[in-house]
Amino acid sequence: MSVWTMILIALVAIAVAAWVGRFVGRRATGNAPRFRDMPYAVAFGYAFVLALLVWAVWYYLQPAVTEAGAPVAGVTFFRWAVHALIVFAIAAFLFRLLGRHVGTSATRKLFRHMPLTAAFGVLVILVYAILAIFAPLIAPYGQAVVFDQVNALPGGNPATGGNPAHPLGTDQIGRDLLSRLIYGAQNTVGIAFVTTLLAFVLGGSLGFLAAVLRGWFDQLMSRAVDVLMAIPSLIFALLLMTIASAWATQSWMLTVYMVFIIAVIDSTRVFRLSRAVGMNIVVMDYIEAAKLRGEGLGYLIFREILPNAYAPLLAEFGLRFCFVFLTIASLSFLGVGIQPPLADWGTMVRDLAQFINFAAFSPLTAALPIMAAGAIALLTVAVNFVVDWMLHRSSGLKE
Amino acid sequence: MTDTTARPVLLQMRDIRIEGRSDETWTPIINGVDLTLHKGEVLGLIGESGAGKSTLGLAAMGFTRDGVRISGGSITFDGIDLVNASAEQKRQLLGKRIAYVAQSAAASFNPAHKLIDQHAEAPVAHGTATRAEAEEDGIELYRKLRLPNPDEIGFRYPHQVSGGQLQRAMVAMAMSCRPDLIIFDEPTTALDVTTQIEVLAAIRHIVAEFDTAAIYITHDLAVVAQMADRIKVLLRGDEVEESDTRSMLEQPQEDYTKSLWAVREFQRPDKPPPAVDATPVISVQGITAAYGKIDVLHDVSFDIHAGRTVAVVGESGSGKSTAARVITGLLPPRVGQVELDGETLPLDYRKRSKDQLRQVQMIYQMADTALNPRKTIGEIIGRPVQFYMGLRGRRKRDRVAELLDQIELPPETYLDRLPSELSGGQKQRIGIARALAAEPRFIICDEVTSALDQLVAEGILRLLARLQDELGLSYMFITHDLATVRSIADEVVVMKDGRVVEQGPKPEMFRPPHHPYTDLLLSSVPEMDPDWLTNLLKERGVDDIGDASADKI
Repeated sequence: MSVWTMILIALVAIAVAAWVGRFVGRRATGNAPRFRDMPYAVAFGYAFVLALLVWAVWYYLQPAVTEAGAPVAGVTFFRWAVHALIVFAIAAFLFRLLGRHVGTSATRKLFRHMPLTAAFGVLVILVYAILAIFAPLIAPYGQAVVFDQVNALPGGNPATGGNPAHPLGTDQIGRDLLSRLIYGAQNTVGIAFVTTLLAFVLGGSLGFLAAVLRGWFDQLMSRAVDVLMAIPSLIFALLLMTIASAWATQSWMLTVYMVFIIAVIDSTRVFRLSRAVGMNIVVMDYIEAAKLRGEGLGYLIFREILPNAYAPLLAEFGLRFCFVFLTIASLSFLGVGIQPPLADWGTMVRDLAQFINFAAFSPLTAALPIMAAGAIALLTVAVNFVVDWMLHRSSGLKE
Repeated sequence: MTDTTARPVLLQMRDIRIEGRSDETWTPIINGVDLTLHKGEVLGLIGESGAGKSTLGLAAMGFTRDGVRISGGSITFDGIDLVNASAEQKRQLLGKRIAYVAQSAAASFNPAHKLIDQHAEAPVAHGTATRAEAEEDGIELYRKLRLPNPDEIGFRYPHQVSGGQLQRAMVAMAMSCRPDLIIFDEPTTALDVTTQIEVLAAIRHIVAEFDTAAIYITHDLAVVAQMADRIKVLLRGDEVEESDTRSMLEQPQEDYTKSLWAVREFQRPDKPPPAVDATPVISVQGITAAYGKIDVLHDVSFDIHAGRTVAVVGESGSGKSTAARVITGLLPPRVGQVELDGETLPLDYRKRSKDQLRQVQMIYQMADTALNPRKTIGEIIGRPVQFYMGLRGRRKRDRVAELLDQIELPPETYLDRLPSELSGGQKQRIGIARALAAEPRFIICDEVTSALDQLVAEGILRLLARLQDELGLSYMFITHDLATVRSIADEVVVMKDGRVVEQGPKPEMFRPPHHPYTDLLLSSVPEMDPDWLTNLLKERGVDDIGDASADKI
């Protein structure tokens, strides 16, 4: 029986279960509106999710090691993922509980209405921020210190190829991975933050200015932005970085160039957004009232328009931050981003990437590149959770 | 209007209670209202905003908005229990036997589809007619509702027809399945008086022809007097009283109802005419202004003298607001000039001095968009105080408090609030305070009361009148509501298609003979007489209302 037949049978079974489930629900609750008005598609959805959960539990309980002693990679990774999910959920729950009872009345109120996903996002961002700011104090070693043992596996257990001195292992030239991950937060996240901020100052103020002034200024800026946006951003960044590397005499200068290049490229998106948002605000009567009062451009933009554009701009900031962050990681992965010996997650993924080939035989080895990649993924997800929550809140305020 | 109470009951609501969710608690919106509607009967629901009229109207369809629930009572429509009906049962009823006409047809039509497509959707979905039959019937209904070009108008998109026509198309759409009950939720509130008449006449005609029962929700008493067999008055979710239209108009029982009826009686004493040689505060001289290449104002001239109110009236598109934009300098005119105290003002506001800008202030129609939603009341009023008078710190705070006192809002409660925490009338008062903060000589009031309930609007008018007497302000009062003109104006300027049709002191303007257009405007204002519309239609001839008569001028 092929996999496809099995999937088909499973789907049919789910479809039947959904119908029966809804029917039983109606009978058992005496036609409560919840079951009475439930469309079949919704019932199918419930049944599908239920089936998925059952499968997940079954798969989780499969042996992680074959009788011959070889690890089963799929089950091992699945267990790790489930454990991580549970730990994160509990951490987020505890964090929200803490937030509800500690702090000023305003923050307590904030946490009371916060969904778990947003609490998780805030927690992750806080942890990353603390790691980034206090990296030299927290990291056990420096980011460029080289040790004797290369390619120590994570886990710190000598029996499985680890080293207690390096709980997350070492890379090919013997640098401690835990330290490099922590320093990586400082470099990657810090630079991404500065870059995004710069992109917003640049794109935001020009966008609002274009919305207020209109006319030739708007035309000029918008067409220039169109031209910049027409070039694929990663390739454009690579091109500019190659040019910049000719001028950079020291490696830190290349980083500064990179910040500027990515900021300019990303500011085009911010320009578009802030111009569109600004246009909607500029037509309001209170802007007309301010103009007729004789207010200057600065007051109009920063005191009248900006406060009303916070919600979309903040949401965009979160997303843009992720994109910038991924762009930096990609550039580093390609070798033109953050330069060694500075630790950076993108570079770490690149350097350790070939270990992913060992996933089938040794999950621990494959975990080496996954840790850095996971650090990127986690922050991206966390930022998006927070952004979703803020968007939801701001749209809720409008009602 | 025959006696309909003898006929079988169509809709029965018993002790209906509705709650809305805000800040995680359920707060009552309707506290136990009874409602009985017989077949073919029209019931008027009136009350201020927030009285729960719309909520009750929607509940009559067994429907509640998001975050609102029916917490008690029963709704029976023709023997069907709507509170406990399944979604499937309601789907069979709504659109087919119960229809709904919303306040803003422009916002309710899907702009991406033609009118007739939207019209035919319900009959086809309910299986009452085939697509071709539904279209044919739609054209027939358009003809009955006296829409121009009934054969073609259905094949236009919503943005291609005027507001009044769209509203009638929506009535036709509600009629498409010949429902037993239609809920009209303020269908004419957003329309001009002249268009309002057409829609009112059309609705009344078609409701009578198809013997449809209707619930007519409005805050305009004169309108409801024309439409309803019986009137029910609501106040904050409670029923105040209910009786048939004539006895309600002639002898209202409750104090609240009497106060609603009395609103239109506010009238200022006539002022002596200004001295012949007096310099007007604002003098508009021979203005011709254009948007792009098309002239929208043609040779408009009028004077506004100190301490007087000039009402500028006309239907939408007549150039009232454009005239205001010319005076403020937002739209520099092509020809003509504007004088302030005998001095020519620069045409563009950017070229005016701070002091010239200060002298001319504006109050807007929509207080929601006129106040920055992210600034506190203190900041909104404080800014012009600081900007023009240069006051800071303590003295600025004192001045803001003084201004809040002037608009009858206690400063300590309101200083730190955001506009979203105020009611519509309070927001409008803040708009007035912001204009006053500049200590101007002249204020443009652009439809300041048209978005407000009558009681609240009257409060605003009284406030404006008091401020005028105290501070010697001059007002240019843009409005399409002639009742407002009657109560506040000293002089009237009637505009049509960008031209001044007639102008003069108020008593003269309200005394015949009029310019035909003034006459049309005046006669179109609904009166509190249930026979008014009938008589008017008789007088004008059935086919001679609204558009038709306007074209003859």
